[in-house]
Amino acid sequence: MRVTLTVNGEVRSADVEPRTLLAYLLRDEFRLTGTHVGCDTTSCGACTVLLNGVPVKSCTVLAVQADGGEVMTVEGLEQDGQLHPLQEGFWESHGLQCGFCTPGMLMTAYALLREVPDPDEETIRRAISGNLCRCTGYQNIVKAIRYAAERLSAAGAVAGEVK
Amino acid sequence: MFPAPFEYLAVRSVEEAIDALARHGYDAKVIAGGQSLLPMMKLRVAAPSVLVDLNRVEGLSGWQEDAQGLRIGATTRHAALERARPLAERYPLILATAPWIADPLVRNRGTMAGSLAHADPAADWGAAFLALRGQVEVQGPQGTRSIGADDFFVDIFTTSLAADEIITAVRLPRPVGHPEATYLKLERKVGDFAVVGVALNLEVDPEGRVAQAGIGLAAVGPKPLRAPQAEAALIGQRLSFNLAREVAALAAEAADPTSDQRGSAAFKRDMVRVFVQRGLESLRQRIEGRQPASA
Amino acid sequence: MALEVTEARPLGKPIKRKEDARLVRGQGRYLDDIALPGMLYLALVRSPYAHARIKRIDTSRAKALPGVHLVLTGEDLAAKNLAWMPTLAGDKQMVLAVGKVLFQYQEVAAVVAESRALAEDAANLVEVEYEPLPVVVDPFYALEPEAPILREDRDPPSNRIFHWEVGDREATEEALRRSAVVVKERIRMPRVHPAPLEPCGCIADYQRATGKLTWYVTSQAPHAHRTVLSLVSGLPEHKIHVISPDVGGGFGNKVPVFPGYVCAIVASIGLGRPVKWVETRTENLTSTNFARDYHMEVEIGATEDGRVTALKVFTIADHGAFDAAADPTRFPAGLFSIVTGSYDFPTAFAEVDGVYTNKAPGGVAYRCSFRVTEASFLIERAMNSLALRLNLDPAELRLRNFIPPEKFPYRSPLGWTYDSGDYAATLKRAMEIIDYPALRREQAERRARGELMGIGVSTFTEIVGAGPSHTFDILGIKMFDSCEIRVHPTGKVIARLGTRHQGQGHETTFAQVIAEELGLTTDDVIVEEGDTDTAPYGLGTYASRSTPTAGAAAAVAARRVRDKARKIAAHLLEVAEEDVDWDGQRFHPVGAPARSVGMAEVALAAYTNLPPGMEPGLEASVYYDPPNLTFPNGAYICVVDIDRGTGQVHVRRFVAVDDCGTVINPMVVEGQIHGGLTEGFAIAFLQEIAFDDTGNCLAPNFMEYLVPTAVETPRWETDRTVTPSPHHPIGAKGVGESPNVGSPAAFANAVIDALAPLGVTHLDIPLYPWKVWEVLRQHGITE
Repeated sequence: MRVTLTVNGEVRSADVEPRTLLAYLLRDEFRLTGTHVGCDTTSCGACTVLLNGVPVKSCTVLAVQADGGEVMTVEGLEQDGQLHPLQEGFWESHGLQCGFCTPGMLMTAYALLREVPDPDEETIRRAISGNLCRCTGYQNIVKAIRYAAERLSAAGAVAGEVK
Repeated sequence: MFPAPFEYLAVRSVEEAIDALARHGYDAKVIAGGQSLLPMMKLRVAAPSVLVDLNRVEGLSGWQEDAQGLRIGATTRHAALERARPLAERYPLILATAPWIADPLVRNRGTMAGSLAHADPAADWGAAFLALRGQVEVQGPQGTRSIGADDFFVDIFTTSLAADEIITAVRLPRPVGHPEATYLKLERKVGDFAVVGVALNLEVDPEGRVAQAGIGLAAVGPKPLRAPQAEAALIGQRLSFNLAREVAALAAEAADPTSDQRGSAAFKRDMVRVFVQRGLESLRQRIEGRQPASA
Repeated sequence: MALEVTEARPLGKPIKRKEDARLVRGQGRYLDDIALPGMLYLALVRSPYAHARIKRIDTSRAKALPGVHLVLTGEDLAAKNLAWMPTLAGDKQMVLAVGKVLFQYQEVAAVVAESRALAEDAANLVEVEYEPLPVVVDPFYALEPEAPILREDRDPPSNRIFHWEVGDREATEEALRRSAVVVKERIRMPRVHPAPLEPCGCIADYQRATGKLTWYVTSQAPHAHRTVLSLVSGLPEHKIHVISPDVGGGFGNKVPVFPGYVCAIVASIGLGRPVKWVETRTENLTSTNFARDYHMEVEIGATEDGRVTALKVFTIADHGAFDAAADPTRFPAGLFSIVTGSYDFPTAFAEVDGVYTNKAPGGVAYRCSFRVTEASFLIERAMNSLALRLNLDPAELRLRNFIPPEKFPYRSPLGWTYDSGDYAATLKRAMEIIDYPALRREQAERRARGELMGIGVSTFTEIVGAGPSHTFDILGIKMFDSCEIRVHPTGKVIARLGTRHQGQGHETTFAQVIAEELGLTTDDVIVEEGDTDTAPYGLGTYASRSTPTAGAAAAVAARRVRDKARKIAAHLLEVAEEDVDWDGQRFHPVGAPARSVGMAEVALAAYTNLPPGMEPGLEASVYYDPPNLTFPNGAYICVVDIDRGTGQVHVRRFVAVDDCGTVINPMVVEGQIHGGLTEGFAIAFLQEIAFDDTGNCLAPNFMEYLVPTAVETPRWETDRTVTPSPHHPIGAKGVGESPNVGSPAAFANAVIDALAPLGVTHLDIPLYPWKVWEVLRQHGITE
C-alpha cells in the first residue's frame, strides 16, 4: 500500500505492506534511524515519535494508520543548526549514557513541555513513565527536562517554537 | 517482531466495518487504538487475516453528555478521558481510573471501547465500567443493541459481542446522587496490568446516604467482577469506618483470584479487602468534607 | 548550538560528553541502523520445550516461501563442524540443536530471507517434531542421583560442571567451632538479566572476492570476538574485521558470542551477501545470557563482642544448559572469593559447585566484575544477620570489623591483595549525610506506633580491573588492555583503545586523561574504540575494567608521548632535556617560565624540525598489564517504609557514598552510580527470570521482566570519599559496577530491618509486595 506522510515537515511516500510498523517505515524506508526499537511488547518507548502532535510508540502503530498524518522524530528537533533546549538539557545535565532511549525520551519530553511548560519533578516522572532507560536512573533526565523548561520559559517561548 | 500478513481495511463508516466483519467472520479483527491487539499480533499470538480499522470513521471519537448520561465514542483515547476535566463533577471514576491505565504513551493511543472489547480480566476499565453500571452500544448486521456491563464480560478475553458486531460507544448513566469515586490499583510498576484493581463509585444523596454504589474488581477473576453484596450493604447508609470494614470483607468474598507470579489467591483477595476499605475511607472523608457538620 | 567542552586541565572536571553531540540528535549509529546493499535478514526457530529429543525437522515449507534464501539446521552446521561452539568459560554450546534441545527457546534452525518479516514468516513454517524429556529446573535436584543427565556429550556423565574451592576448610571449620556466635543463612540471588535497551545483533558481510569478513556486532569485546571467531571458523584473523558501532548498553550482555552470530556468519559466507540478525526482546531475555542464579549458604562466626572470626560459604551455581559464563579461565566462579568483603576475617573458606539445568545458558557478569555482586550480597546480608544475633547496630558491627586503613595493602584470607580504602571514613560520611542516629530514633518512635520502617546498610568492597595477566586470561588471552596515541602535526590527537564503551563516556573520560597528561583540552583529542582494524588489541569493556586497564594505558601512553615531547621541547627551547620543566600545560626552561612551548608547537616540530638523529613522529602505543586489581568500595544506607496493608516497600531515602579512587569526571561517575543503583533497585524489588516446573520461562518480555520507570525509581543522594589506588597511574579504580554490586543488600537489609522485630532474619529477593505481605500475615499484622 502507498502511504504518504509529512515527516519533520517534509512530505514522504513509500510502498509498504499493511503489517509494516510505523517505526520501521521511519527507520528502514526513510532512513530516520534516530527512532529506536527496544522491545516487542509496547513497553520501552524507545520508538516514541509524535504522530499528529501526540507522542506514541511507533512500534505499535501501523504505517498505514499514519497515512496522511504528520510525524515528528528526534531528527526534527534541531532547527536551523540550533539544538532544541531539550537536546541541550540532556547534554548539559548528563541525561543520557548509551543514548538508546534518548530519542524517545526527547519526544515525550517535547510533548510534555508543550502541554505543561513548567512541570514539577513528579509531573515529569509521570510523563516519562512510558519510556524506559537502563542507564541513567532517570534523575538526570528529570534535571534535563527541568533545564529545558527553564530555558524555554526564559525565552518566553513554547517548545517547538523556539529558535 | 512483525505481525503475520493481513489485509488492511481503513473503513469510513460503521456500516462498512460491519460489512467487512460479516464477510470475514472470525478471521477479521477490529482495531481502534491497537495497543493490546498489535503487541499480540507482533508476538503472533493473534493473526487475523483482515484488520478493520475504525480510526477513520467519522463521529466515533470524543464524548458527549446528555440528560441520560455520558456517551464515549469508540475511538476516544484514554488520554482524552484522562484530560476530560468537565467530567470531574458527574463522572469522577473516569478521571480516577484513566491515569492508571498502562503508561502515558499507550494512553495516547488506546481506547476505552477497545479495552472493554479485548476483555482482559486485569484491565482497569473493566472494573470501572462495572462499577458505573455502563452499557456498550453495539452495531451489527441486524442493527444496534446495547449490552449492560453485567452481561458484557463472559470469560477471559471473551465478551458477548458477536463476531460481526462492533462497539460504537460506551454509555454511562447519569448519577442519581452526588458521585464520589476512586480507583485503587496494585501494580508492580507503571505500565503493568493490575495485580489487583478496585473501582469504587458512590452516589450520595443530600443527607450523605449512599443512593447508588458500584464496586468493580480487576484481576481477581476470569473476567472483571462486580461485588453486588458489598454494594448492597452500602445502600441507604452513611459511610463509617465499621461499615467500610464490613463492605470490604464482602467485596473480598466476591473476588475469585488465582495464584500466580503476582501473588497468591489469598494475597489478592486480601488486597481487595484493603483497597475497598481504604477507598471507602477516603470517600467518607470527601463526603464528610462536603457535608455541613450537623448533617 | 554546540556546547563548549573545551577546558584546560580537564582531569576531575565535569566535562560534558563528546559522544552526546551525535546521540542527542538521533545520529548515533547503532547496529540496527546499519543497512548494507543486498542485505538479508536472519530469524531463528526456537524450541518450545525445555528438554526434548528432536525427532524430525522439516524445512521444506519454509524453503518454498518466495524470498527465502537459506534454512539452516543443526545437521547442516554439523556437516561444517560448526554445530557446537566454545563458550568463553571453556564449555561448549550448541549453535543449532543437534539431537535434542536443552532449554526453552533454544536455537533449533535459522532462516534467511529478503526481509525481517519474511524471515519470521518462514521461521514459523519450519516444522519440528519433539519428544519431551524429563526436565531439570531445580539446581539442587540436578545433583541428585536420580536426576536425568542433561549433557550427554560430557564425560564423565554428570550435571556437575565444576567444583571450585578456595581458602582453608579445616581452619575455618575449627574457627567456627570455637566461635562464641555462629550465624547461618541460606541466601539466594535469583536469575536476572542485564537487558540493555538495545538488544544484541550483528551483520555479517563476507566478500567472496577478497575473502574478507566484515562483522558489525553489538560487542563489548570486539578484539576477543575476532579471535574467537577466527578460531571457530578457521577464517584468518586478519581477514576478519570486527566493528562494534555505538552500543546501546551492555552490562555484560554483549560479552559472549551467541548462536545467532554464528548463523549469520555462516549464512553470509554461504550466500555471499550481508546477513543481519537482531534479536527480539523476547530472544534477549530467554536466550542470550542471564546473570546470577547463585544459591548460597553462609556461616559466619564472631566473638561475643562482635569481632568476626571465620566465614564459610557453600554455593550451588545454576549455569543453565551450557556454561556460557564469561569468567576468566582460572575462575569458574569468577571473583566470588571477594566474599570476605570489607571485613578483617582471620580465616575463610568458600566452595562453589556449578551445575547444568534445563534453562538458558550463561552466568554473565551483569554490571559486575565476575560474581562480585553475589559475593557482596552474601556478605552484606550475612553481616546483618550477625548484627541481629548480637543485638548490635549493623553500622556498629561493620565499624568494629572493617579492615583498618593501616593494614593496606591488605592480604585477604581468600588470597586477594586489596590496594587501598578507608572504609570507616566512607561509612561515617554516609551516616553523617543521612543523620543515622536521628533515623534510628525515628525508627524507634515509629515502631512504638506499629509502623514498619527499616534502615539498611551495605559497606561493600569491589574487585575490578582484570588482569593482571599472570592470573587472568579468557580462553588463554591475557587480560591486559591497550591504548595507542597519535599526535598529529597541529597538535590534535587520535587515541585508540582496546576497550569498547556502551554508554560509560570513554570518548570523553579517556580524552580527559590524555589531555591532562599532554596539556591539551578534551576537544583536541578524539577517542576511538570498537574497530579491530584500527584499534590496538584489548579485552574489552566489562567488569569495570576499562579505567583500571585501558585508562591506565592511556595515561602511560600519554606520558611516553610527553617524554619524547620533552626532548623536542628541549631542542626548541635550546636547553638540555634535564633543564626542561613541564608545568602541566607547557614546557619551559627551569627557572624561565616566560619562555615556553606547548604541545602543539612540539607536535609540529616532531614532523618539521626534529633534533638531529630523532625518529620523526609523535606517537606511543602501550599494552598495560596492571600489577594488581583495584578495589573500589562504598557505603550505602537505605531507608524504607513498608505498607502494612499491601506489603509494598517505599524507598524513602538512599545515600550512596562511593570511593572509586581518583575521579576523572565527577558528572560521569555520578551518572554511573545513579544507573547502577537503579539496576540494583530493580534486582532487589522487581526482577527475576523465573521458570515453571516444566522449564517454561516466566519472564520472557518486558511485561514480566520488570524494568523500573521514573515513577518507581527512588531519588539517589550521592557523595564520595577519595582513596586513590596506589598502583594505578592516576589512582583511579573503576566505578561502573559498584552501585549494582553494593545496593541490592542495602535494599534487602532495609526491608529485613523493618521486619526484624517480628523475628525475620532473611527474605529472598526480589521483595515483591506479596512476599512481605505473607510475612506480615504470618505474624498477624494486618490493616
